[in-house]
Amino acid sequence: MTGPTTDAPAVTAAALALGDDALVLSHRLGEWAGHAPVLEEEVALANIALDLLGQARILLSRVGDEDELAYLREERAFRNLQLVEQPGGDFAHTIARQLYFSTYQAFLYAELARTEGPFTALATKAVKEVDYHRDHAEQWTLRLGDGTVESHTRMQRAVDALWRYTGEMFQPIDGLTATHGTDWAALQASWDESIGETLRGATLTLPETPRSGAWTAGAGRQGLHTEPFGRMLAEMQHLHRSHPGASW
Amino acid sequence: MTESTDWPLWEVFVRSRRGLSHTHAGSLHAPDAEMALRNGRDLYTRRNEGVSLWVVPSAAITASSPDEKDSFFEPAGDKPYRHPTFYDIPEGVKHL
Amino acid sequence: MTSVTAQDRTTAFDAAVAADERIEPRDWMPDAYRATLVRQIAQHAHSEIIGMQPEANWISRAPSLRRKAILIAKVQDEAGHGLYLYGAAETLGTGRDELLDKLHSGRQKYSSIFNYPTLTWADVGAIGWLVDGAAITNQVPLCRCSYGPYARAMVRICKEESFHQRQGYESLLTLSRGTPAQHEMAQDAVNRWWWPSLMMFGPPDDESAHSAQSMAWKIKRHSNDELRQRFVDICVPQAETLGLTLPDPELKWNEDRRHYDFGPIDWQEFHEVLKGNGPCNEQRITQRRRAHDEGAWVREAAAAYAAKHDTARQTAQTAQTAQTGQATQTGQGTQAEQAARAEQSRQAGQPGQAVQAGLTSRPAQTTAAGEATA
Repeated sequence: MTGPTTDAPAVTAAALALGDDALVLSHRLGEWAGHAPVLEEEVALANIALDLLGQARILLSRVGDEDELAYLREERAFRNLQLVEQPGGDFAHTIARQLYFSTYQAFLYAELARTEGPFTALATKAVKEVDYHRDHAEQWTLRLGDGTVESHTRMQRAVDALWRYTGEMFQPIDGLTATHGTDWAALQASWDESIGETLRGATLTLPETPRSGAWTAGAGRQGLHTEPFGRMLAEMQHLHRSHPGASW
Repeated sequence: MTESTDWPLWEVFVRSRRGLSHTHAGSLHAPDAEMALRNGRDLYTRRNEGVSLWVVPSAAITASSPDEKDSFFEPAGDKPYRHPTFYDIPEGVKHL
Repeated sequence: MTSVTAQDRTTAFDAAVAADERIEPRDWMPDAYRATLVRQIAQHAHSEIIGMQPEANWISRAPSLRRKAILIAKVQDEAGHGLYLYGAAETLGTGRDELLDKLHSGRQKYSSIFNYPTLTWADVGAIGWLVDGAAITNQVPLCRCSYGPYARAMVRICKEESFHQRQGYESLLTLSRGTPAQHEMAQDAVNRWWWPSLMMFGPPDDESAHSAQSMAWKIKRHSNDELRQRFVDICVPQAETLGLTLPDPELKWNEDRRHYDFGPIDWQEFHEVLKGNGPCNEQRITQRRRAHDEGAWVREAAAAYAAKHDTARQTAQTAQTAQTGQATQTGQGTQAEQAARAEQSRQAGQPGQAVQAGLTSRPAQTTAAGEATA
């Protein structure tokens, strides 16, 4: 991988935030391997995990050594959204998490690709991947929401449960605001409209519960995470940390 | 599991690059056409094998019967005058 | 009248096999040939699906992001290969649900090798090198199997698997040349996987129940012992380059035979694992069953949605296209490939030779075989 660039600190912090989102979500999706509800979905989920891992590697390499960053940072040093670290739960939770995140990523990366700045090249490539992830999530949201009584119940439960992690997505990342001029209010408006439409199409109800509070607003981006994340990192980092200095 | 979980079978055709026809790549299961397209994309073009995809319900295909092989295809075998090599042209004639 | 027809059909089938022609789904074939193929293809498909588990066990702990990406891609390929193979079995009239049901209820088997545990990261490398290596040795000849859809699935699989073996070898080499602890990890993995890999070729020829008939039908092209010997001969020099020892004191070059001699295989262990007494038999099938059962509501939901929105019926009349607009296909039947030919021939103005090459010749076979053994 290429070495870190001499980005301004705010840009480095932005790369870390976006990179950690992709890294952590790809890890969560990788947990489905061998457990997916149907074989075709094994292939689909792995594709998305691989796209995200690819994005993570590019972004982290911009900041430093990708493996040092992934395997040797403590929990508090990760800058990912709390949303992406939430455990997979049932397939409905995974799809709800994908729907919320990929819609966010799709709008954000489209904006980054359209504007001139440090993330234009990355976003231009990634936006094609992300559009597909979003489509995958929307297709499944429709089928689970408007499928059977059981699937509807499960999907509504998942959409509700993860709603409280969605407010954090629109807390400005300064490095993006300063360089790409990202309009976070506009991003949220687009996201709200798109999610509202998808949920309505899927006969699901848009949650009305709070989507940010003292605890969740911007917490992941500031290094404050949820309980499952520490356990996830323990598993992810264990082998690498057991052999200091080794190459793999 | 109940019968309702059986997703129908689809045949997948991939155009490997522009200028070529779609070629049969294999089959897959999907609940409907939209998902069949997406599953086909994930399964049959993971290594950049395609630029376009068709999915067709397997049940929608009419095939010739292997038992009719002779009557269907053999009559085309004895008409060499359909091929350019059937004709003698004097040496030296160009662009023909 | 019918008996004469049956006789004619048998003669035609035998002649086609003898002439190395491919048998296609709608051709007449002996019931036993069909049953043998279904059994073999199903077992092969099940092995791909169960085989995801021991490797997926390490995805969450892969020690570098590069290795993690490789491993996810590899496990994903295995799901894909399972799908190709279930598709091939389906052309013989046996649906995937039926085959999965037989797997889940223990009525059909998968390769016993996957009943061994992956205890360390090095096991992922050892599986790539030895288990995939043995699988490729078995599979390359299957690209010329007499049954067309199986042979074509194998061409695709062999092409894709060439990366599986190489990544395993590269990973083991890195470990072997790494820290002492890593080297030890690699040697330990090879010690545990070597003998089970040799068992993957099946019982010795004189005890193999189905071999002779399968060879006559050209479902199988080489005997178990022949392939096992080929594999040993390939592995010995590869182990030397790795700087790892194969755990067999009797392994040595035999100048007369021009092959490596190797020690006796513990067939009792093989039969025990086959019977269900391996270290992970219960665990593997339980996980597979659980994934299937817990996914039932998802499959039902998608089926219910499709029925509600009736997309299936619409698309029986209109084939969807991803990028090039719409094409229309009508009719009924089951055999896609012949329809594909009809479809191709309908397309006036296309470069005809390219079409023919894509459809009927199989240059990919030699490529696949070459790549797989490279």
